[in-house]
Amino acid sequence: MAHSHPHAQHPAHGEGHYGHHDLEELRKFGFWIFLITDCILFSALFAVYIVLHGSTAGGPGPKEIFEMPGVIVETFILLTSSFTSGLAVLAMNAGSRKGLIGWLIVTILLGACFIGLEVTEFVKLAEEGHTISSSAFLSGFFTLVGTHGLHVSLGIFWISAVIIQLVRHGITPVTKRKVQITSLYWHFLDAVWIFVFTIVYLMGVM
Amino acid sequence: MLDKIKDFASWFFVTGDPLIYGADIAIALTTLAIVFVLTYFKKWNWLWREWLTTVDHKRVGIMYIIASLLMLFRGGVDALLMRTQLAFPDMKFLSPEHYNEVFTTHGVIMILFMAMPLMFGLFNIAVPLQLGARDVAFPFLNALSFWLFFMGAMLFNMSFVIGGSADSGWLAYPPLSELTGSPGVGQDFYIWGIQISGIGSLMTGINFIVTIVKMRAPGMTWSKVPMFTWSVLSSCITIIIAFPVLTVTLALLFLDRYLGAHFFTMDGGGNAMMYINLIWMWGHPEVYIVVLPAFGIYSEIVSTFSKKRLFGYGSMVFAMMSISVMSYFTWLHHFFTMGSGASVNTFFAITTMVIAIPTGVKIFNWLFTMYRGRITFSTPMLWTLAFIPCFVVGGMTGVMLSVAPADFQFHNSYFLIAHFHQVLIGGVAFGYFAGLYYWWPKMFGFKLNEKLGKWAFWIWNIGFYVCFMPQYFVGLDGMTRRVSTYGWDTGWWAMNFTSTIGGFLMGLGFLFQVWQIAHSIKFMEKDTTGDPWNGRTLEWSIPSPAPLYNFATTPMVTDRDDWWEEKERIAAGHKPKAKPELEPIHMPKNSAIPFLQSVCWFAVGFGLVFHWLWIAIPGFIGVFATMLAHSFNYNSDYYIPVDEIKRTEAAARRSV
Amino acid sequence: MKLATKMMRRFGALALLGGTVLMTSGCQSMIVFDPKGPIGAHQRDLIYFTMLLCLIVLVPVLALTAWIIWRYRDKKGSKAKYQPEWSHSTKLEIVWWGIPIAIILVLAIVTARYTYMLDPAKPLESEKKPITVQVTSLDWKWLFQYPEQGIATVNYLVIPEDTPIRFDLTSDGPMNSFWVPQLGGMIYTMSGMSTTLHLQADETGEYMGTGANFTGRDFGKMGFTVEAVSTADFEKWAQKSKESGTALTDEGYQQLAKPGTSGEVTYASIPDGLFGRIVHHYSMSRGAPAGIFEKATTRSELYEGKPAEEDTTIDDEQSGHSMDDMEGMEDMDGMEGHDMSNH
Repeated sequence: MAHSHPHAQHPAHGEGHYGHHDLEELRKFGFWIFLITDCILFSALFAVYIVLHGSTAGGPGPKEIFEMPGVIVETFILLTSSFTSGLAVLAMNAGSRKGLIGWLIVTILLGACFIGLEVTEFVKLAEEGHTISSSAFLSGFFTLVGTHGLHVSLGIFWISAVIIQLVRHGITPVTKRKVQITSLYWHFLDAVWIFVFTIVYLMGVM
Repeated sequence: MLDKIKDFASWFFVTGDPLIYGADIAIALTTLAIVFVLTYFKKWNWLWREWLTTVDHKRVGIMYIIASLLMLFRGGVDALLMRTQLAFPDMKFLSPEHYNEVFTTHGVIMILFMAMPLMFGLFNIAVPLQLGARDVAFPFLNALSFWLFFMGAMLFNMSFVIGGSADSGWLAYPPLSELTGSPGVGQDFYIWGIQISGIGSLMTGINFIVTIVKMRAPGMTWSKVPMFTWSVLSSCITIIIAFPVLTVTLALLFLDRYLGAHFFTMDGGGNAMMYINLIWMWGHPEVYIVVLPAFGIYSEIVSTFSKKRLFGYGSMVFAMMSISVMSYFTWLHHFFTMGSGASVNTFFAITTMVIAIPTGVKIFNWLFTMYRGRITFSTPMLWTLAFIPCFVVGGMTGVMLSVAPADFQFHNSYFLIAHFHQVLIGGVAFGYFAGLYYWWPKMFGFKLNEKLGKWAFWIWNIGFYVCFMPQYFVGLDGMTRRVSTYGWDTGWWAMNFTSTIGGFLMGLGFLFQVWQIAHSIKFMEKDTTGDPWNGRTLEWSIPSPAPLYNFATTPMVTDRDDWWEEKERIAAGHKPKAKPELEPIHMPKNSAIPFLQSVCWFAVGFGLVFHWLWIAIPGFIGVFATMLAHSFNYNSDYYIPVDEIKRTEAAARRSV
Repeated sequence: MKLATKMMRRFGALALLGGTVLMTSGCQSMIVFDPKGPIGAHQRDLIYFTMLLCLIVLVPVLALTAWIIWRYRDKKGSKAKYQPEWSHSTKLEIVWWGIPIAIILVLAIVTARYTYMLDPAKPLESEKKPITVQVTSLDWKWLFQYPEQGIATVNYLVIPEDTPIRFDLTSDGPMNSFWVPQLGGMIYTMSGMSTTLHLQADETGEYMGTGANFTGRDFGKMGFTVEAVSTADFEKWAQKSKESGTALTDEGYQQLAKPGTSGEVTYASIPDGLFGRIVHHYSMSRGAPAGIFEKATTRSELYEGKPAEEDTTIDDEQSGHSMDDMEGMEDMDGMEGHDMSNH
């Protein structure tokens, strides 16, 4: 059994050693595929919103209810948090656990501000009588923006969990991968928000 | 107090039908029997350790297959109930509302809780072995996918005895499926049953893409990947693009029903047509999701049982990939008759026809695989051979349906019913049966009795044609789907009666399969070779059933049908390929979290169905808690020492 | 092995024989193949054409399959070639990519032409002035309004022969689909909008009509009859209906729209613009409060002790369809036997 076969010496793609795949690499690749599915989920919600945005059933349309200053502030906050999340990864690559944790905390604080503003906006709308059951347009609006908000909230909890693990274990290949994935997720949500901002808010009030 | 409980029970449980009381008793007795057997034989611990917490792809696969066969039974009983009701005009066997529930659950179960899990079961059994891998990329996620499917299926099936089943058709078109049309909880069971299992399907899609892309054995370049694995890849790509749309669609329907949103309602500016577009954007690719792996199975079997290389490998791969892409551009052919206008209809008619091209090419490639081969007629091959004419005819009626102006006369008639049963049974079910027979020895280490298998095969096939051929004609005679009864004056009786006979023949065929399995377990004919069919791909190079770690050493792939070529080389007097030294094998540990988290999801679904937040909210908290528990668990894998591998291998060899 | 192939051959022959017999005998009697109007006739021709095109592929492929399986079965001393390595031939593959492409190309061109030609929204060419019928699918009955005649019917239609009929269709409830197979293909009825379908009957007679998209409990009872009569008889019928039936009011319509089955009914008059109100107001006002604030509804509450038959809304004693007492319409007598919509 120990004789060598001419082809056997050259594995076609690079594993460290046979059968032991780099788990962290697999997970990162898997996460990219997950992001594709999330992308499609948001595309479907955007499509639904675009179909329904004129169906106000006699109620107010985008122009009447959107208040842009708050939304612009939200946008800046989220963009900044994306930037700080990038700084966190830079700190991690430089090997600074303190910097990493610090920037991650800044990121989730900014995320929490964003969510706070969004919730305020929703509550205000609801107080004015504009709820998810008022019209098809508002159903589409609350669902699309709300789904993004839920994603951000989930991200906040997730990053918090990663911070605790960083405190416990330091920067290891596992925690490193976790930071990279959460950071990817955060940037993705930022990109989705750009579309929300443009399609829902900007095009709504224009 | 007692009255209160009584009132609650008569509200909560489904009552009023002797059939249901019978089923209630049967379910209670079965449950008691299972509990008794597990307790008596002290098997609870075994069940928990070996199955409920396993992350081994082979066991997950077996659980998928067992669950799907149970669902096949339930969906089949539904079918026979329908056929009985339609056997004679003016039948009073089922009331209209009961009939509506039965065809709805039949459709949902057969597609989502039978075809899908049976397919995932075969993915799990075969793909890692064909790739020469130790497991799938994410074994934990794989177990979670299974349990989500299982809990979703249980939630859906529960509506049979609690609260009442969905009754608005398998795709639940609004406004019928809105509160105005379906106020009952059945519709919510539908939403949450499918939603929960759908999340599992989506994760399986991701899992197998990563597995196939990243975990092929060294040397297995893309042109050496077995055809079944290629088909799984194309199917999974379709899954990850289609299933998020299903998730959104069901979520929106839920928001309509639960929070009073207006996505698809009649009032408030809702747009029911949008639902129909969305659901078919998932629904049409879904058909290809289930049929593509069947194509892969046929490819493996045709080549194995013709003892010849698969003809036109490149064409086959290209055909499957193009089908998986094109499947997104045909959805509107499900509603040509909605008045979308000539241009739109023409576009979708043509895209639909175009799919027939790669499909036709595949048929020719299978035929020419057999051409100049040596064909043996074992059960897997028989199902494959039966598939070809059946699918060609079904495909042709599909092409007829795609001709938009002609579809105005076919749509929603029994012609359509006959067509899709012909492609789904003749294409999908036959394929999965073939795959099940083919990989059965690899799963369990013994072969299924061929003689009984052939009886089952012939009864099934004759039953199939007797059942569905008349439906084409009765459709052209104006009978529409989902009518619960018809009159003597319609002239539909003879065809319907024939069809019912065929339906029961298929039921008999299924009983023969059950008998075949029971018989084969009793008179176990052990597969000691690991390669009972003279196979071609890597899964046949290891003992049956495969050891926990699959491959003691990772295989080095040099050829397309690597194991076949290896056997040829050895037969020609060459030495077998060298195997590297044994090393400790890195394996994932079992985990209870997939099971527990799925139970929590079940609670979420159940609570929301009955508007009981006191169940749903703890369920949600449980979901998050289990997620966190998994995230914080850094002790999730272990190594199998070399000694143990040696022992296992020696034991497997001894039985050889 | 031998047994299997033998059985397969026999079974194949049997299926082929059975298929041919069914096809030839069946095609005559099946109503889609027995059209009585121009649209249905075109659709039948198109179906025949696609069938033929499919058979051109189907028959050789099935024959080839049978031959290959027979020829290359594994038996001792088989003289057939065995080439286990032969797995590629560019020439052959070009052939079988080419054949389906050619066939689909032909079919695509024909389909495109027919799709525009048979566009249901396109008016039919005729010397006669078309008649409009406004169709509303309700839970679980059909309302047909004749705005030009000022009458309405439930669950039966009377139309003049040789005259194009323009159907405006809507639904006040779940989606349905309006199908009279012998006149031509179907079109969906949907709430909040109106779709159009043009059909014509070339000869007098009685045709089956049905709802083709599932709408809930008594969907199976949504059949209706279409009687094509001479123009003179149509006028007579319209006149008679105006004189005999009751009036349909908006309140009466709301009553009719409640879930339940119905027999055949004739209304002597209809309110102005009712169809428009159904499309734009009535159907859009049907909603339900959000589920979260309500107790869940179970099957026991919905169906317990409530057989489907009981809650028929319209009693056809009170304003029955009174065709057979009209003069000169003996050919309508068979109608009684064909009312599959009646309880």
